[in-house]
Amino acid sequence: MEATSRTFKDNARRALVEPDLQQALARMKAGFVVNRAAAVARLPEFDALRDEARAIKNHTLAHLDFYLERFEQAVTAQGGHVHWCRTAEEARRTILEICRSVDAKMVTKGKSMIGEEIAINDYLAANGITPVETDLGEYIIQLRHEPPSHIIAPAIHVTKKQVADSFYAAHTNLDAARKLEEPRALVDEARAMLRQRYLDADVGITGANFLIAETGSTVIVTNEGNGDLTQTLPKIHIVTASLEKVVPTLEDASTILRVLARSATGQEFSAYTTFSTGPRRAEDLDGPGQFHVVLLDNGRSALLGTELQDILRCIRCGACMNHCPVYGAVGGHAYGWVYPGPMGAVLTPTLIGVEEASDLPNASTFCGRCEEVCPMRIPLPKLMRHYRERAFDKGLTPPLPRLALALWAFLARRPRLYQALTAIKVRVLGALGRKRGRFHAIPFAGGWTRHRDMPAPEGRTFQRLWDEAGGAR
Amino acid sequence: MASNAADKPRVGLFVTCLVDLFRPSVGFAAVKLLELSGCSVAVPRLQTCCGQPAHNSGDRKDTRILARQVIDAFEAYDYVVAPSGSCAGMIREHYPALFDDDPETAHRAHALARRTYELVSFLRDVRGMERVDARFAGTVTYHDSCSGLRELSVKEQPRRLLRSVAGLELVELPGAETCCGFGGTFCVKYPEISNRMVEDKAQAIEDTGAGTLLAGDLGCLLNMAGKLKRRGAAVRVRHVAEVLAGMTDGPAIGDGADGG
Amino acid sequence: MSAAREQILATIRRARGAGDDATFHAAAEQRLQRRPRGTIPARVDRAPAALVDLFVEQARALSATVDRVASAADVPAAVADFLARENLPATLRAAPSPEIEALPWQDRPALTVTYGRSDGQDEVSLTPAFAAVAETGTLMLRSGPGHPTTLNFLPDTHIVVLRASRVVGSYEAGWAWLRDAGAMPRAVNFVSGPSRTADIEQTIQLGAHGPRRLHIVLVEDGDGR
Repeated sequence: MEATSRTFKDNARRALVEPDLQQALARMKAGFVVNRAAAVARLPEFDALRDEARAIKNHTLAHLDFYLERFEQAVTAQGGHVHWCRTAEEARRTILEICRSVDAKMVTKGKSMIGEEIAINDYLAANGITPVETDLGEYIIQLRHEPPSHIIAPAIHVTKKQVADSFYAAHTNLDAARKLEEPRALVDEARAMLRQRYLDADVGITGANFLIAETGSTVIVTNEGNGDLTQTLPKIHIVTASLEKVVPTLEDASTILRVLARSATGQEFSAYTTFSTGPRRAEDLDGPGQFHVVLLDNGRSALLGTELQDILRCIRCGACMNHCPVYGAVGGHAYGWVYPGPMGAVLTPTLIGVEEASDLPNASTFCGRCEEVCPMRIPLPKLMRHYRERAFDKGLTPPLPRLALALWAFLARRPRLYQALTAIKVRVLGALGRKRGRFHAIPFAGGWTRHRDMPAPEGRTFQRLWDEAGGAR
Repeated sequence: MASNAADKPRVGLFVTCLVDLFRPSVGFAAVKLLELSGCSVAVPRLQTCCGQPAHNSGDRKDTRILARQVIDAFEAYDYVVAPSGSCAGMIREHYPALFDDDPETAHRAHALARRTYELVSFLRDVRGMERVDARFAGTVTYHDSCSGLRELSVKEQPRRLLRSVAGLELVELPGAETCCGFGGTFCVKYPEISNRMVEDKAQAIEDTGAGTLLAGDLGCLLNMAGKLKRRGAAVRVRHVAEVLAGMTDGPAIGDGADGG
Repeated sequence: MSAAREQILATIRRARGAGDDATFHAAAEQRLQRRPRGTIPARVDRAPAALVDLFVEQARALSATVDRVASAADVPAAVADFLARENLPATLRAAPSPEIEALPWQDRPALTVTYGRSDGQDEVSLTPAFAAVAETGTLMLRSGPGHPTTLNFLPDTHIVVLRASRVVGSYEAGWAWLRDAGAMPRAVNFVSGPSRTADIEQTIQLGAHGPRRLHIVLVEDGDGR
């Protein structure tokens, strides 16, 4: 996917005035935020489980090689295959080879952020294989030729009228006069259209929320059942997953699952949580004949032992973006790549480079809401600040802010000079502003005064007044 | 309250750059409240800034220099109290980690952090203040500044003390915990996004029908007051310390000498 | 791609620094044997009969329908009545499991019951359940020769015959039973209510791709009933 993170500011500016998007974001805040709070209120053990979830992931990351090797052993013992891929390119080629091995023409896909990350759809299409997204949200954005704008609700920005328009345009074999006004009709139509695709697909590709080292299982968490139809019906089931998805045991997965759906949508458990282990057994009546796990690194292993390691705990629940006031103002497309919101602000510069994505960790007030709701207790603001430090050290800060900051620091380090100069400045501004109490415009402060008045200073500094009052030092 | 001078804790007031430059009356209100709570208050001269602007811009070097300056200036006091959750949070939650490579300074930073508090939580949680003797006629709504709330757990304390103010009616602000969009340099780096956030906040404030908005951080207050004024709202904006100290005779934030 | 494998593992090991892998990983090895459990919510701390009630309450809250019958002998009648109530054809595609085959289908000769996987043409399927997790009203379905997975997902209506004695409190209790039952199956499906989506303007619609209807016939073969 071509990243537009460089133009975050322009993207954001446009997004702020798009009425459909703004309505959708309002709905999201009323839905996900309220529902998560209700689910948390219903589970007294929630915070204890978050601590345990963090501990499980930290332990796993400390022994990542051990658990990945165990996972591979267990998959292989069941008759499956694990393909280790360092890069997106290796992953794409591996998937293509597997598809070609059965002369695949059409592939169904369950939702997979890794699939987006490696841009597998365009690659398969370019190589003569048709990918069909089956998650309703992904299907909608596939028709609209758009990237996802949220990691669990990819079409959250699309109105029902826009969905209807896409369906009218794409489902040309249906009666053009049919009514598609209500969500019910849209869901029923998607169900009908995709039904035959599931049955005809040669290969099914899903993501994985977890990889279980103990049993060699991969886990998907869905509500629609599309991931299950995708993996059960075709000849081959391919799982695309990044390294850090592995957890040790079924019990560990259960602990983390308790906080996943609640954090994401406010459900206690998703409608379908499936543990898949290997291809069909000899005595099974259905199931894929082959089971392949494409295990992707793409920058994860490089984070181990660094200040950014904590982002590897992310379980892709979306709680951070649901609660982020910046995401809530501009939506996911503004972030310009696969992963939006606070976790995207950390992961995107990691995966595509600080230069490409420098706005993302900067477009935050560090309000801390993301960290507050993260089920894995990832210190997102701290990680974003880390990227700000990296950018600063590389000299990527634009010159004017850098100069202003340097000037501020220069003065602040020299209290007596600072106090002399500021006393003068506030006297002037205080005098100018005394009558009205505020400024409508101030030179060099256009960023502030474009949208709000600047309250005038009282006119004397506290330090000077304290001296005059003979206060204790 | 009767107290032996020798028992009186010595508080070093961390004025904060915004209070120092924009609204010293908040500093005086803080001093009054601290003295009422039985402390003696001194204001170290060699203080300017806690280092947040540098810290949040990724300038670790300058942050450390300013942090050392603060540690040097305040080490001698029993407590460090700031009328700001973000500055107190900076010292308390962020200073120690700045010196991972310098155990001696890290130790001093830890020691200082343990003794550093935001004003209202200091009055309630450390000094056990149950009530204030102030009067304030009117409805008030309260915004929870992010750092104070999430780094320092300042939530109930200001509400508790405000409820003891005679004549004051406190009405909860829907979305009180939602960021106002200030975020230090954020508001000038991403003005449109910041504007959206402060617009939403201003609307929520106006919808409460309260006559006065209070909060514990001057950055947030300047941001919200500036937006409310631009919108022509009648809401007055003050720092919570002003009301608790009964020092509300002067103009509210952004108000002229004539009070409008 | 074994060069890739070696390089990835080498990067991971380097990040940890020098040290004997085997000694370092001994703790992980032991943990894998021990399989420690995390916190189990207190809500499942109740007697078996109360757990069954909890399961029913949770499942209904998720839009599954539940019919409680006194014994296995009552199942065909309950199923036939359900199909009639819902205006569904009296045809079932059933899981070829001994438990299901042993039910007295002859009591309802109007019902046509065939056994096997689904090919997408079936309106109603009927399967057993390996267990049910009361904690969240979740069925635990285990694939095998007696339970093809397609029955859980392709038909419009999925009927599950659940014995009350198979209701457990937590997922962990379900895993303990599954391990006892033999090797991991190809699929363990945890099913909580019918298929749904909120992808269109955040309004919940049932029946996205999986079954629109989930009906549970709960056979009271448990203790104390």
